[in-house]
Amino acid sequence: MDLKLGHYNKDGIEVVDVEGEIDVYTAPRLRELLIDLVNKNNYQLVVNMEKVEFLDSTGLGVLVGGLKRVRAHDGSLDLVCTQERILKIFRITGLTKVFGIHETVDAAIAAKKLEK
Amino acid sequence: MATVEVTFTPLPAHVRTARLVAAAVARRSGVDEALLNEVRLAVGEACSRAVEAHQRHCPAEPVRIEMTDQGERFVVVVSDHAPAAPGASSPPPGANGNGAGHRGLIEVAHEEDGGDLGVIPVGFGLAVISGLADDVHVSSTSVGVSVRMSWPSAITA
Repeated sequence: MDLKLGHYNKDGIEVVDVEGEIDVYTAPRLRELLIDLVNKNNYQLVVNMEKVEFLDSTGLGVLVGGLKRVRAHDGSLDLVCTQERILKIFRITGLTKVFGIHETVDAAIAAKKLEK
Repeated sequence: MATVEVTFTPLPAHVRTARLVAAAVARRSGVDEALLNEVRLAVGEACSRAVEAHQRHCPAEPVRIEMTDQGERFVVVVSDHAPAAPGASSPPPGANGNGAGHRGLIEVAHEEDGGDLGVIPVGFGLAVISGLADDVHVSSTSVGVSVRMSWPSAITA
């Protein structure tokens, strides 16, 4: 399937819902959304990847790019993911050490509040 | 002769088709269900790299994938016709699937300077492939780069 994107604000944190496949074809749309959110002064982001069916290195690059953007404003970008096949690519690239990865959106938001 | 051979116009939209075909042929060849996601991801990475190279150097030339059931191994070869970029002919040293060789994107994440969104270090896709397939060979010749990957087939006598 293609990529579906949505976002909403909860407790001052912007949650991005991603559904479908993030690859070399669809990743530019996620990149544009992250840029747009940062340009609108959203620096606390949670990307919910529970409905992501496929993620490749292009998608990882977009997430790392988003992380860099928010960090430049003292923000953070955390992920929600429990799917083993998606977590595997984070593990083999070592990016589990770069992103905060949580089991639920509520857990991610709670962790962000503790950071503040 | 390859079991299935596919050529496609070097456009990102076709990479998904390529990896779906690869997964289907792998399943048909007896590759374990648990490995199909790795086949799909590795073939996608190889095709993404080839598409990017063709778009830069020879957008009219198709990318070729050959998938062969060799009995005990399922072999995929993704070939392009673009000159190899520096560092693109081999995965980063130490790339062995445990994260030790994949420092590129981590370093990018920790860089202080801007850098555009989505910038991936050269060779990163190949490093990911090396973490997914236990047998990867990258060969660079005057006509282009070939990435050969293989996985065990369940049909082993």
